[in-house]
Amino acid sequence: MSNEADTTTRTRLPLRVFSARAVWQSGTSAPAASLALAVLVLIAWQYLPPMFGVPKYIIPRVSDLWNEMIRMWLQENLLRHFISTASMSILGFVLGGLLGAVAGYALGLLPTWEKVLSPYILALQIAPKVAFAPLFILWFGYNAWPKLIVTVLVVFFPILVNVLQAMRIMDRDLINLARAYNMSKTKIFLKVMLPYSMPNLLAGLRIGATLAVIGITVGELVGGEIGLGYLISFGQGQANTSMVFDAIGLLTVIGVIMYWAVTSVENRILHYLPRAVGAQRSP
Amino acid sequence: MFLYEQDLPVPSAKSNVLRFLDVARRFPGRTAGAPPFTAVRDLSFEVNESEFVSIVGPSGCGKSTLLNMIAGLDHPSEGTVSLHGVEVVGPNSSVGFMLQKDLLLPWRTVLHNVEFGLEARNMEPGARRERALKELKRCRITGFADRFPYQISGGQRQRAALARTLAIDPDVVLLDEPFSALDAQTKIVLQKSFAGTIANAGLTTLLITHDLSEAVAMSDRILVMSDGPGRIVDEIEVGLPDRDNPIARLATPRASEIVKHLFHALHIDNRLDA
Ligand SMILES: Nc1ncnc2c1ncn2[C@@H]1O[C@H](COP(=O)(O)OP(=O)(O)OP(=O)(O)O)[C@@H](O)[C@H]1O
Ligand SMILES: [Mg+2]
Repeated sequence: MSNEADTTTRTRLPLRVFSARAVWQSGTSAPAASLALAVLVLIAWQYLPPMFGVPKYIIPRVSDLWNEMIRMWLQENLLRHFISTASMSILGFVLGGLLGAVAGYALGLLPTWEKVLSPYILALQIAPKVAFAPLFILWFGYNAWPKLIVTVLVVFFPILVNVLQAMRIMDRDLINLARAYNMSKTKIFLKVMLPYSMPNLLAGLRIGATLAVIGITVGELVGGEIGLGYLISFGQGQANTSMVFDAIGLLTVIGVIMYWAVTSVENRILHYLPRAVGAQRSP
Repeated sequence: MFLYEQDLPVPSAKSNVLRFLDVARRFPGRTAGAPPFTAVRDLSFEVNESEFVSIVGPSGCGKSTLLNMIAGLDHPSEGTVSLHGVEVVGPNSSVGFMLQKDLLLPWRTVLHNVEFGLEARNMEPGARRERALKELKRCRITGFADRFPYQISGGQRQRAALARTLAIDPDVVLLDEPFSALDAQTKIVLQKSFAGTIANAGLTTLLITHDLSEAVAMSDRILVMSDGPGRIVDEIEVGLPDRDNPIARLATPRASEIVKHLFHALHIDNRLDA
């Protein structure tokens, strides 16, 4: 991935950046090995289950998955479902991210409010948000709102908490320096606090990107007539295991692409942090 | 003190820039009802124009508190701090401030960091850049203008921090242990470099330091503070020539005499805790 490019452009870095991990991966063989592993797994998947007499409706073979994918594309309007899930995930992610960031900065700037609200934030953060999906369906009916709201909620908290954390550990001396320069509060926020919190915000977004797909999927599973989550519950009703597998695979693809998009934005923005090289690898 | 009376320079007729008058600063007690903690008290002193004054004193005696009050980041509980005869009530753009931590913004290049202080003003970006470049040149780090802070050494970072401090054209520069995180060689090089820059610019400077020979090497006058609650217990006119050449100054016998005197004034030899 982009790690190799990073290591070459960062030759002037202090030594500690070259962690054991980086040394471990320094060979060019890593992607090739990953690819070989994938091929091996697919071959095993195709031939091992039939060898042990596992029926197709428990573990469909790779070729079955492929055929089902083509059938879904032709007969089930797969593209429409895929686009629906992808766009709703992105929308939920963007809305949840925006709200989480705004709330995080607002509470960071208003410590009294933060103290008052922190027990509730903690409770809501721990509460399994996806369990609200049936409730939202009762309230809003079988439309896009329940899944969108669930997703926004799911994405909201990790971002809120991460931003708040950055605002709490903010270097007071840095703020004092800006104050000593007679900087206005707005400028201090924009020029010091916002960039200072950027690593945390992006880490929150990275988590949010993967959670967004989960939120949408749960919403689609519980109710609705569109989306990959719906295809999963439909496939289950039809005892069509291949359909379920395919939908799960496509959901993963959406999640991976969103995660990758956030990570590449993160690497671009946080280029000034030597530790971003290591940080981008944590899940 | 009168030890060196014979070599005292003629008292300068220059107006004083900075003045502390019976200043005390108390912090609220840790728990409700606890008596307030007095960090400094009875502080009265003046710093004249273009004078370089150092403050030495044990850790926790209130030196940083004193600087914060000049910068307008903190306020005295009693007494007044004034700059150019005007009481300090808040941050003032004629004061430059520099700490042991370079406080460079890691997301900005050196050049953009130097521009930071200027961004508080309504200044045209072109002019701002030009000003910053001029300052980088004066602090001898032009070659690193486009680097990020993590790409330069500790000494270069302090140079960049000084450039940022001087870029706003302050009349008064406050330095809070700017060299104490550096290795011995870099420290000497930077002391010389800072001394030259400050002497050429004719800046009024207040330096806080733990290093007694640094105080002697760089300043015109040294104020000695006592253990908390901090007060000024001694004042020494250094009276050495070549303020812009700290190394040459330290080689003189008088310098070592002052260091020895400071050493005793601070009771370093019989102090057990740091
Ligand atoms: N905001 C604060 N609240 C309570 N006490 C404080 C506060 N700031 C400083 N103090 C106390 O005031 C005293 C002086 O602190 P200050 O930072 O000025 O010391 P200092 O002389 O700069 O020490 P050092 O040489 O170690 O930097 C210390 O005992 C410190 O604990
Ligand atoms: Mg201090």
